[in-house]
Amino acid sequence: MVSGLHKSFGRTHALNGLDLTVGTGEVHGFLGPNGSGKSTTIRVLLGLLKADAGTARLLGGDPWNDATALHRRLAYVPGDVTLWPNLSGGEVIDLLGRLRGGLNTRRRAELLERFDLDPRKKGRAYSKGNRQKVGLVAALASDVELLILDEPTSGLDPLMEEVFRECVQEEKRRGRTVLLSSHILAEVEQLCDRVSIIRNGQTVETGTLTDLRHLSRTSITADLASPVADLPDVHDLHVDGTRVRFQVDAEHLDAVLKHLSHAGVRSLVSQPPTLEELFKRHYETAARS
Amino acid sequence: MTGTWHLIRLILRRDRVLLPLWLIILAALPASYAASYAELLPDDAARHQYAVTTAGTPSFESLLGPLFGDSTGALTAQRVGTVYAILALISLLTVIRHTRTEEDAGRRELIAATVVGRHAALSAALIVVTAANLLLALLITVTLAGSGLPAGGSLLLGLSMAVTGIVFAAVGALTAQLTENAGPARGLAIIVLGGAFLIRAAGDPADSWLSWLSPLAWGQQAQPYADEKWWALALPLALAAVLAAAAYRISVGRDVGAGVLPARLGPAGSASLASPFALAWRLQRGLLLGWSAGLGVAGLAVGGTASAVMDAFADNPQLADIMARLGGGASLADAFVAGLLGIMAIAVSAYGIQAALRMRAEETGLRAEPVLATATGRVPWALSHVLFAVLGPAVALLVLGVTLGISYGVSMGDVGGQLPRVIGAALVQLPAVAVLTGLSVALFGLLPRLSALAWGALGAFLLLGQIGAILQLDPLVLDVSPFTHTPRLPGGTLAATPVLTLSLIAALLIAAGLYGFRRRDIG
Ligand SMILES: Nc1ncnc2c1ncn2[C@@H]1O[C@H](COP(=O)(O)OP(=O)(O)OP(=O)(O)O)[C@@H](O)[C@H]1O
Ligand SMILES: [Mg+2]
Repeated sequence: MVSGLHKSFGRTHALNGLDLTVGTGEVHGFLGPNGSGKSTTIRVLLGLLKADAGTARLLGGDPWNDATALHRRLAYVPGDVTLWPNLSGGEVIDLLGRLRGGLNTRRRAELLERFDLDPRKKGRAYSKGNRQKVGLVAALASDVELLILDEPTSGLDPLMEEVFRECVQEEKRRGRTVLLSSHILAEVEQLCDRVSIIRNGQTVETGTLTDLRHLSRTSITADLASPVADLPDVHDLHVDGTRVRFQVDAEHLDAVLKHLSHAGVRSLVSQPPTLEELFKRHYETAARS
Repeated sequence: MTGTWHLIRLILRRDRVLLPLWLIILAALPASYAASYAELLPDDAARHQYAVTTAGTPSFESLLGPLFGDSTGALTAQRVGTVYAILALISLLTVIRHTRTEEDAGRRELIAATVVGRHAALSAALIVVTAANLLLALLITVTLAGSGLPAGGSLLLGLSMAVTGIVFAAVGALTAQLTENAGPARGLAIIVLGGAFLIRAAGDPADSWLSWLSPLAWGQQAQPYADEKWWALALPLALAAVLAAAAYRISVGRDVGAGVLPARLGPAGSASLASPFALAWRLQRGLLLGWSAGLGVAGLAVGGTASAVMDAFADNPQLADIMARLGGGASLADAFVAGLLGIMAIAVSAYGIQAALRMRAEETGLRAEPVLATATGRVPWALSHVLFAVLGPAVALLVLGVTLGISYGVSMGDVGGQLPRVIGAALVQLPAVAVLTGLSVALFGLLPRLSALAWGALGAFLLLGQIGAILQLDPLVLDVSPFTHTPRLPGGTLAATPVLTLSLIAALLIAAGLYGFRRRDIG
């Protein structure tokens, strides 16, 4: 989809050779710390920004030159949906749907129901979450191949967040492709087939969640028969008599467990790496660099 | 008052170009009028003659304000009548911009949540505008006294300007509290200003008590360089205090983001809202109706006074002859209408700029992005706004031409003959207006961050038109302004070249803007 993308605003290099590939029919999580360039990438994909260097292909076309043709086949929800103060929510939904080339009215009615949205209110009268819902209904009610969602659930309450997840899963079953930028890891974990993590405008990790878990460390707490002085290839080792606590990379897990069983294991608790830890590691290195 | 100081600094930073710009323009106008009077009417006899035959006539008093005496100062104090209205407009718009517009955009919440008092935004806006008005008073006093007019009268004139600005700042503060959006708040405040103008225009020629009902009249009723009624300054100050107090009361009693006048529910959907043009119509129709109605009323109000000019000059064939020759052989009443249309063209240009820069507001408000992310191309999106920015002023000018033509025709006793002439004369202003629209589009497309320069250009052209000839600037400099090239109609000759050239320039500017917009980043 995107490779070696560069984009600068004056002196800030927002994108620095970013690569991103989203397969047809998959839900792709797009993650990264604030200001890492997610929205910028999405704007390039939408043909709103022109990349300084690199190539971008979208649905087989060029996002900049073929913008209008491509836009018929995709729907976009920004992270901060802003509405016209004098248009009602329903009018905005119809407007954006029609400008995209059509709107499924049955689905529109169903989505309004499910998101519990009053379409008669004027733009200014909506709360942040309800504005977001207007954007979501407008996008989800269109029959398009690709959904580009930039933090679409910011401001939604947990119930509505749940409705959103159901909707995305339905879209997936219909065979649509979804690019989902998000800071909500539970959402990413539940919905996404693959994720890409970016930082400072560069892709640092991409793959399925299982792949990424393998890159991360398992935490282990064990009660041993006899104390051990040292364990090879572990991190954050805490020894307290016969109790040990440490983290270990996936590839060393086997060797370390053998080591422990030499000492005699009385009890052992192992925690798989959480997504949080995975991201924290990436995000923190971002902050440091 | 917590946080007010921070907000004041914020406003000053955001307005660091606009504020000095209007201060300088408005401060320059009175002294330039004084200089022109001093030069054109050097002795008492000439001034007296002019006061009796021209400045003291009902049409002049209606348009500019009452004339008290025939000194250079008194003539200047009358001539600055329009400056009071401009200052009032700027003051109320500035206050609304820094209160309701901010709240509309949700930025007020960001600030209301920090350690900032409830009233801080309102106070900061009022303080800045009040201070700016007082600074303007000082500048006017210094420039007028410096040009040789009595210091006391100069101070009174400056202060009477400032208090007028302050009253209308308070009007803006109040309407900003009443409505839920900035648009209606501006509309309401401008209606108040328009009403004040009409009352003054009706009351002044008759020397009637009616004028005292208009806050726009009080400044001139203080009679700078004449009777000097300093106490008249107390009236606007008292009214400003009452209005500001009301604004504060409402501000305490309401929620952030809410208004007093209720917001209505809209339709649940729309079948017709299906093209960029339909969207542009929804976003632009308020401006179109407002400007057309405003100009229509103005046309009716002033057209009738043209015959009064005729009467005044009928008594003085010698002067009429001179003026007629100055007007290129036109009759005096024609010259009056032509001059009026020239001023109106500037106002209509403000509409053109406003309509064109809607695009920039849509872009920075992040409302353009979702639309451009649909199958809507950039050029159709921009063109649908440009259409309103070009044809909207055309419609407004047409309405002005019709109402002015009818009222002028009635006062001349020849509606059938005058109506087509005046309509034509109004429409011939369009090319110059379109140049300003084109400039706005070009800036929007090529230098979006500098879009507001279009206002600066309009201000500069206004200044050139008002004082260029007086300062005897090089004609080449005057030629920069598109308004210099508009044929003086009715009465003058309709030359095709300038009209076509201006139209071509406007078209090229629009094309350049669209070209730039297709190629640039959005946001
Ligand atoms: N129009 C612009 N002008 C200047 N700088 C910009 C512009 N848009 C983005 N940037 C900068 O580009 C960088 C990337 O911004 P971007 O909005 O893409 O981040 P993001 O990953 O979407 O962050 P977030 O998670 O906060 O939404 C930031 O440093 C930002 O300040
Ligand atoms: Mg973002």
